[in-house]
Amino acid sequence: MIIKKPADIRPSEITEPAIYRRRRDFIRNTTGLLLAGMTGGLPGTGAARPGHGGKVIQGIERGPFSTAEPPTPYEDVTTYNNFYEFGTDKESPARLAGSLKTEPWTVTVEGEVARPGRYLLEDLLKGQPMEERIYRMRCVEGWSMVIPWVGFPLANLIERFQPTANAKYVEFQSLHDPAQMPGQRRDVLEWPYVEGLRMDEAMHPLTILAVGLYGQVLPNQNGAPLRLVVPWKYGFKGIKSIVRMRFVERQPVSSWSRAAPHEYGFYANVNPEVSHPRWSQRRERRIGELRKRRTLMFNGYADQVAHLYRGMDLAKFY
Amino acid sequence: MAMPIRWRTSIEEWIWQNSIDLVVYRFSKTLLFLVCLLPAAGLGWQWWHDRLGANPIEAISKDTGIWALRLLLVTLAVTPLRRVTGWHGLMRYRRMLGLFAFFYAVLHLGIYLWLDQFFLWEEILLDIRERPFITVGFATFLILLGLAVTSPRAIVRRMGGRRWQGFHRLVYVAAAGGVIHYWWLVKADVRDPLFYALLLGGLLAARLFYSRRVTALLHRSGRTISI
Repeated sequence: MIIKKPADIRPSEITEPAIYRRRRDFIRNTTGLLLAGMTGGLPGTGAARPGHGGKVIQGIERGPFSTAEPPTPYEDVTTYNNFYEFGTDKESPARLAGSLKTEPWTVTVEGEVARPGRYLLEDLLKGQPMEERIYRMRCVEGWSMVIPWVGFPLANLIERFQPTANAKYVEFQSLHDPAQMPGQRRDVLEWPYVEGLRMDEAMHPLTILAVGLYGQVLPNQNGAPLRLVVPWKYGFKGIKSIVRMRFVERQPVSSWSRAAPHEYGFYANVNPEVSHPRWSQRRERRIGELRKRRTLMFNGYADQVAHLYRGMDLAKFY
Repeated sequence: MAMPIRWRTSIEEWIWQNSIDLVVYRFSKTLLFLVCLLPAAGLGWQWWHDRLGANPIEAISKDTGIWALRLLLVTLAVTPLRRVTGWHGLMRYRRMLGLFAFFYAVLHLGIYLWLDQFFLWEEILLDIRERPFITVGFATFLILLGLAVTSPRAIVRRMGGRRWQGFHRLVYVAAAGGVIHYWWLVKADVRDPLFYALLLGGLLAARLFYSRRVTALLHRSGRTISI
């Protein structure tokens, strides 16, 4: 992967103006609803706030797995998200993630693998084909986005470490450093953040490790420098700022299922039939849209992934 | 030389003081009315200028809910404040504060029914039945509705002061309901709902303290009364 200084390309130029304008349309439409009969022009929108990433990633290929749906504007993707390491509201990550230092970055690989070790991120990325994957992202809280990630299949990396036959699951850990991550100074969750996948889920071609979005290096608030993206699962499975991968025989306990086992399971597959105590999962609000849309089984990726769960009671293994 | 000046000063002071009282008396309710509208106006302004972030509906839903709870707590603070400061005129503002709490609760519920669910009654009923925080929120709204419709003076008179007061004690249940509604909504970080729970606890404790003291005083003077 070759990373160059930005060639004067700003996020606003990368997001097509037509997409940018969608929010204005949304506001205009709803304002019309709210203030029926009122007329007059609308004042111009404010400029996009810069993220923390921004370096352009060269040589991105377009993979076959992308959706044709219009992507959520860069500004929304980078200013509205959960990253509890930087605070529990959705604005804090963009505001506070500047303190995260992503270079140098190492990932420790351990457990049931032939080639454990502490790897430099550059070495892990060497030779990986960078691919754009435009995926739907469904948050457990009932909102969703369409995000053009840049990354590579997790399977590529796993093959390199040569897991043994005992490796049934892979567990991920985020960075734990309260000095860089102010949200970790309070125990809202048990730190570090932990997530896990069953081996066949981890090896699935849809599962990627992302290093960028919108053609640029990941902004810190979106999980730089390396994060997991599993598009058929709720967003919280997409662990950010990964520093450790552990191959294990027993199912890992993920952070949210440890915090509230009745609310969050290990699998966390998007499933409109299984509701959360706080949110009906039947519908979702796509950011930028007014009306809610129906949530699709496995977030619309059922054709590719439903076979992984054949014979499982998904109401029990939520 | 000194006397007339002092005399004049005191007259001026008297006029000044009385005109302040007059202005406070005449215009304070209008002023309070406008102040209570500020949060709604602020939200409207932000909506208009697209300053509510990526999920504006969530933002206005949360803000109107929080303002309903805040104003409910302010309403509950009137009586303890009156006792602490001795400013009995405060009572004149209580009804308006309570009605504004209801106003923000109406906005909050309206946003849920309309912009969140688009009047899909099937979904709404399921929400009320299945999601505890919505069950509590809805029950709280019904209480506030009952309190609001029985707030006009004519209805107070028709109900009789004692019965009216008994019924309006439900405001404590509503405030507790509001806090629980908020508490059950948050995922992990309970700091904000905890803050409001402590405020409510403080206000209830203040009431208990004063009602005990009043009971004791009345008891000492040889009368008993139930409070």
